[in-house]
Formats: sequence, C-alpha cells, structure tokens
Amino acid sequence: MIKFKITCNESNHICDKSQYREASFWEKLKLNIHLLYCKFCREYTANNQKLTKTVKEAHLKTFPKTKKEALKEKLHQEMDK
Amino acid sequence: MPHQLEPENWVDRYADYLYNYTIVKVSDPVVAQDLISETFLAGLKSKDNFKGEASERTWLIAILKRKIIDHYRKRNSKKGKAEVRIHYNDNESEGDWLEERVEDLSDRTAEDEMENKELGLAILQCLDSINETQAAIFKKKTIEGMDTEAICNEFNITASNLWVIIYRARKSLAECLNKNWF
Repeated sequence: MIKFKITCNESNHICDKSQYREASFWEKLKLNIHLLYCKFCREYTANNQKLTKTVKEAHLKTFPKTKKEALKEKLHQEMDK
Repeated sequence: MPHQLEPENWVDRYADYLYNYTIVKVSDPVVAQDLISETFLAGLKSKDNFKGEASERTWLIAILKRKIIDHYRKRNSKKGKAEVRIHYNDNESEGDWLEERVEDLSDRTAEDEMENKELGLAILQCLDSINETQAAIFKKKTIEGMDTEAICNEFNITASNLWVIIYRARKSLAECLNKNWF
C-alpha cells in the first residue's frame, strides 16, 4: 500500500527537492496532502519558494571555474616570487 | 583584532562576489574577469599597505573600484572624441517631441536591474557568512544548476548528505536575508 502520510521532515525534504524540480509526482502529491493539514510546513514551503524566487531574480553569476583555477595558479606564482 | 590578508583564499572567497559587482558596471564578462584578475594581483603587490582596519573584502573592492575607473578612462581616451548621435528621423517616432521621449515611466528595467544586482550581492554576502562547504554546494546547485549526482561525485557525498546540506544552507541564507534585505 502506498503511504500517504508523511512526517514534517519528509515534507520539508520533498519541498527542498521540488525547488530544484527534482521531486517526483508522487512526492509532490504526498507533500500537498501534508500541507493541507500542517500549518508549519505550509509556512516552510512558502518561505522556501520565496527564497527560490529571490535567488532567481538576482541573476547571479559565478566566476567560470576554469578561469578560477587559472587565476589561482597565477596568484600562486606571484606569491612564490 | 586587525584583519589579515590570506591571498591563497581570495579566489574561492571573493571571485564570485567581485564578479557580480563588476559585471553590473562593465557589462562584459571577459572585461570583468580581467579586472578582477588585475585586482587580485594589485592586491598582492600592495599587501604591505594593508593596515587591517577594513575587512579583506572591503579592501579588495576599493582596489577594484579604481581598476574599473581606469578601465573607463582608457576606453574613453581610445575613443578620442565622444560622439552623440540623435536620430530625428526614424519613422516610428516621427513627429514626437524630444521632451516627450525623455521620460518613459514604463521603462523601469534599468532601475529594476540595479536593485537586482544589489540583491545578488546581498545573497553572496550572506553565503559568505555560512559554512564554506555548504555555501559552495549551494552555489553549484542553485546558481550553476548542477546535477545532484555531479555534485555528489565532486564532493564525495551521498544524495541524502547533499539534501541535508542544501536544507541547512537555505535555512541560514533565508535567516540572513530576512535580517539584511527584506
């Protein structure tokens, strides 16, 4: 039998995964059922979604990894001088 | 305690922050990367001048700001004369008065962009204050959008480890942003 009831910990975990679109259909269904009766997790989910949206809106960029390595190398050479 | 410089950690600690800071101002990734590279090298050269009054980051930003100004100076002197072109005759806006074109309230993109960039810096600053590995993994997952599996391999952790780390990182980041941004 499929277990529909999940704990708050499980619910938070599924919520985290779904922020990265990695939760399965069943997981999302279980999460939504849980959210129907759990106020705490509803709050957690709302905050989590807000965070995802915020980070997305910031259009952050990371310094390219290969360039980082090259730069480290360069700094090391300079430091040894 | 006065601050100290640790150049061997500069790239890991500040490259992303400085990159986002610079790209708003020069809007060219390659130029931004070069400027940051120059900044670190200049910092290394003048590290004896560091008095430890400001934090490492503040000090590096001060150098970077000068590099950015220099960049624009050089570019302007290369250009020779500044040139302003105004087309009065493009068909679309024919008949419009210049005054009518000046203020366009619907064009809020520039301002929005700017606010977003500051938000980006706030996020990165918050990430600096949490555990370094957590921050690194969070960045890879959230900003670079790396696969769970690839990150697990790189850091040699299991998927459930990863999700615990992501959970903690998100929690601290949310707390920090609530304090400093919202």
